[in-house]
Amino acid sequence: MNKGFVRGIFTVLIGLWSVTLLSDTEGVFDQYREMLGDDNPAIFVIFDGEEIWYAPAGPKSVSLEQCDLGLGPGVVEGAYAQLPRYFPDVDRVQDVEARLEYCMTQLQGLTPAEVHEKPYSLRGDLGTELEALVAWIADQSSGLVIAPGQAHAKERATYALGENLFYYRAGPHDFSCATCHEQTGRRIRLQALPNLTTHPGAAEAYSSWPAYRISQGIVRTMGWRMRDCMRQQRMPELIMGSQASVALQTYLAVNGAGASMAAPGLKR
Amino acid sequence: MASRMRIRAQLKEDYCEVKALMRHPMETGMRKDQSGAAIPANFIEDVQVLHNDAVVVQAYWGAAVSANPFLGVRFKGGAQGDVVKVVWRDNRGDSGSGETTIR
Repeated sequence: MNKGFVRGIFTVLIGLWSVTLLSDTEGVFDQYREMLGDDNPAIFVIFDGEEIWYAPAGPKSVSLEQCDLGLGPGVVEGAYAQLPRYFPDVDRVQDVEARLEYCMTQLQGLTPAEVHEKPYSLRGDLGTELEALVAWIADQSSGLVIAPGQAHAKERATYALGENLFYYRAGPHDFSCATCHEQTGRRIRLQALPNLTTHPGAAEAYSSWPAYRISQGIVRTMGWRMRDCMRQQRMPELIMGSQASVALQTYLAVNGAGASMAAPGLKR
Repeated sequence: MASRMRIRAQLKEDYCEVKALMRHPMETGMRKDQSGAAIPANFIEDVQVLHNDAVVVQAYWGAAVSANPFLGVRFKGGAQGDVVKVVWRDNRGDSGSGETTIR
């Protein structure tokens, strides 16, 4: 028999097999989501976040109730959907994490080092206060339209910086965010990769973070997602609330603008 | 805090569907923390679903069940307004419960 023909058949079979595997895996997870229905373990973390917001903390023993997330002191509902945005009091564009750091240091008297000691959970942890706060704040924008600020010059500059970072190839693997996220219909192993340069891809990704990660049993924030992508690229550690972290999130938020927030999401 | 649970019970066709989401770390005892120390085992061992105080489901769980476990069960004989309760007990002797009425 013709060897080329046999090889051709084999290749086609392997191809079909991969496609089937992909759809099966996505299908199983969809079934899992359907079974849970409206239930998401993130709900417990949301309750925690609300309690933490109203609880006096830090050396000054005050709550975060006077924290201005962009819609005025204490206004939480709808605030997340309009972040990242420019804040005149710091003359910077901030995301929810940078803003919480500002409020914790200004209102509660914590030092930046204390806020940065452990913003995200490590292995074996059951969640951090920052993760809980972000989960609750994001939940307060659930169903609202993603509308990050782009009127101020610094907001537009932040988007441009985020776009640059997205395409910036570096590190031992000569990787960029775009390496995985600028094509449609691709996957890594069995996970579908969103095309974050398009509106649908960015909207689906941005609207579903923060999210409860079933494999980790905790809620992860968009800031953590950015940092972990950097880690996977073997880049230096992305600092929570840093200009780079805010810029990348601005790039995604603006690309996804107009869609509705659906966070906290549920992820594998 | 350990006893927090989300529970709902809904009448469908000829059965009642119970969905319960429990807050529990479900530590296997096999994991280590960042410093290398073992995280002690802490998982739910026993779960009961009660319909008007009668046990309709009895489950024995172990370390293989995920954190914040979700339980979905169906039983026959429920009517709207009946009380459904889910009770768990873990290996440390802690327990938790949630209660709702059938919709």
